[in-house]
Amino acid sequence: MVALPPCERPRLRCCAASGCRSAGARPLLAALRAAAAAGGTAPDGIAAGDQAADDISAGASAAPEPLEVRSVGCLRLCGEGPLVAWDGPEGTRLFGGLAPAAAAALVDQVRGLASLPLAADPALVSHQLDLEQPFFRLQRPLVLEGCGIVDPERIEAALAHGSYAQLRRVLHELSPEAVREQVRRSGLRGRGGGGYPTGLKWDTVALQPPGRRYVVCNADEGDPGAFMDRSVLEGDPHRLLEGMAIAAYAVGADHGYLYVRAEYPLAIERLRLALQQARQQGLLGPSIAGTAFALELEVRVGAGAYVCGEETALLHSIQGQRGIPRTRPPYPAQAGLWGAPTLINNVETFAAVPVILRQGGDWYAAIGSEGSRGTKVFSLSGAIRHTGLVEVPMGISLRTVVETMGGGDPDGGAVKAVQTGGPSGGCIPADLLDTPVDFESLLSLGSMMGSGGMVVIGQGTAMPEVARHFMAFSVNESCGKCVPCRAGTVQLLALLDRFVEQRATAADLEALEALCAMVKATSLCGLGQAAPNPVLSTLRHFRQEYTAALGPGS
Amino acid sequence: MSVVTLQVDGRDVAVPAGSTLLQAIRAAGLSVPTLCDLEGLEPVGACRLCLVELEGSQRLLPACASEASEGQVIRTDTAQLQGYRRMAVELFFAEGNHVCAFCVANGTCELQDVAVAVGMDHSRFPYQYPQRSVDASHPRFSLDHNRCILCTRCVRVCDQIEGAHVWDVAERGSDCRIVAGLDQPWGEVDACTSCGKCVDVCPTGALFAKEDTTAEKHPHPERAGQLRRAREQRQWIS
Repeated sequence: MVALPPCERPRLRCCAASGCRSAGARPLLAALRAAAAAGGTAPDGIAAGDQAADDISAGASAAPEPLEVRSVGCLRLCGEGPLVAWDGPEGTRLFGGLAPAAAAALVDQVRGLASLPLAADPALVSHQLDLEQPFFRLQRPLVLEGCGIVDPERIEAALAHGSYAQLRRVLHELSPEAVREQVRRSGLRGRGGGGYPTGLKWDTVALQPPGRRYVVCNADEGDPGAFMDRSVLEGDPHRLLEGMAIAAYAVGADHGYLYVRAEYPLAIERLRLALQQARQQGLLGPSIAGTAFALELEVRVGAGAYVCGEETALLHSIQGQRGIPRTRPPYPAQAGLWGAPTLINNVETFAAVPVILRQGGDWYAAIGSEGSRGTKVFSLSGAIRHTGLVEVPMGISLRTVVETMGGGDPDGGAVKAVQTGGPSGGCIPADLLDTPVDFESLLSLGSMMGSGGMVVIGQGTAMPEVARHFMAFSVNESCGKCVPCRAGTVQLLALLDRFVEQRATAADLEALEALCAMVKATSLCGLGQAAPNPVLSTLRHFRQEYTAALGPGS
Repeated sequence: MSVVTLQVDGRDVAVPAGSTLLQAIRAAGLSVPTLCDLEGLEPVGACRLCLVELEGSQRLLPACASEASEGQVIRTDTAQLQGYRRMAVELFFAEGNHVCAFCVANGTCELQDVAVAVGMDHSRFPYQYPQRSVDASHPRFSLDHNRCILCTRCVRVCDQIEGAHVWDVAERGSDCRIVAGLDQPWGEVDACTSCGKCVDVCPTGALFAKEDTTAEKHPHPERAGQLRRAREQRQWIS
């Protein structure tokens, strides 16, 4: 959550997640802390002190009380980073794009030491962001409840915010079956893209014959334009660990892995720290929370292959083998890691579990739409004014997300299409933006929910070029095991080149469609089966751009 | 032993429970083209030629890696499947450098056989002419990457039958290639026992004995199954 209720003691929250870091959050955070420690830059250069807040109003002669400058996870509006939230008696104010040089001015404002009112302070006024705008107002934070509030590197902060309370309660009060009952009732479906019912998957693992089980978190978020899972990992890792621990208890696992892509170094660092802290607190390891339940979790770092987000490839990779998919069945729930039943869920799926247990499955199921319950986190990027992270109830229309919340095209033009589901998804044209965001609606349009990346495409982008971009991605990321994906995507890319370069023939169009159908129907895993989707969906909704690309003589 | 009965292209067939669809198809006296599958080796379902239709299912099933179950209605030779198979074979030819006229395996090549079986007389896809190399560092055998179709029979026979695991796959996508040892010249890999099983099971002319020249390869794909049966069922004569 970004806007917090008014609080007596003022506080600054500075986003220190990857997006804001790349925009300069680290020097800003250091400058804010230095300014807070120095007591701001009021004319007389007051040193920091611990006098009562009342004295601040006395003016430059009083020493201010220490000001908390908290390092937090994602504050959502990533495109305006680095973001700083100022919580105080009047609620929260948000600032974007502050330079370290402006840190002292902000600290002075917080302390009431500034000579100018905030609205007239030239260092700050143009950086203040409207928290009442729909981008913030229409969010429904459940998975991201603690993201932006808690310091992700301090388990005390997570505990104070309620993390691990559900794990403790579940271990002491609920049977594994009772936990699964709540998850079933919640209607939660896998947030990694496939949308498989989570409760059913948990039951399938739990009901396998007695023996060892594993629990695995798929944090190999690889879709271009997707950064939801990274934000959870970087912003509130303890929520994920709690969800995973509850899942492990519910399916009878005592060992698990978090498979994180190597391209997320900060997430890996914070996750490892969180694991260490949780062990120290007795929330992981043997005899958790004084019960007989034991769980060991380990981080496994990927080596840069998109296909390792496919569950069977991911399992091979954890086992130290080449990350290639295998034929299913058997599904990992039956035979996964080293042949044992293995529960694999995505980061966001696990992170939704604590709130489901806290509020009850029925409460969760009341949010969202028929068939797609709860909330979903999306990352908005591309030709859109407000780039960042939104968590919204399922069933909300694409138009609300893209135009109302996202602010539409930054240049004021019309949005052309929205790409969802990454290289496995498709493009939804602007005239279908009233489609509700749920698993079935997006599938029926030839796209898919995917993990939650939404890339907005502006009028200036040609659709065959979009298709080619994603096909090039699939060519690069094909593992090479099966021939339709290994060789078929190469041929598809060559065909798309001809359309982008305006030298295609009618026969090329026919070949493109036939080969798309073949690769989709015959590839071994989801990556190959979905590789033609960007082509097929743009052919479906923007066919005229392909026919217009037919060269002379065709 | 329990038995499952199913229907393949209109023929009823009974097979022992646990059989694959490919075994059921063959038990029904029918066939589907295969390249990566080989009796005696664990199936990988990579060549996609043995895909079949299952009534009531949208998904195509790789016959080699799918278990037959009671009451299934399977179709192996629909127009759709024929179309996909031909395309898959075309993709194999277009992604490598396959020149039958002077290939050691001409006449005994399974890729060639499959092309004939699916009626592929030319590739509609442009040939990629990849730059590939030949490894002739082994004293008795050679590996010509130009002819490799990445079926991984060599990888599996060396790992699962010989137990040496000399071969594996490196890189990904269209850059995939078979590597010996730690991506070393084959002749430098100490783990290689020079048993020749990889050459026996290679479906094309990628792995061959040095004394063989054009159209002189004598593959023995049956040996993997014979060895497996000998070991597991104590059947010494095939």
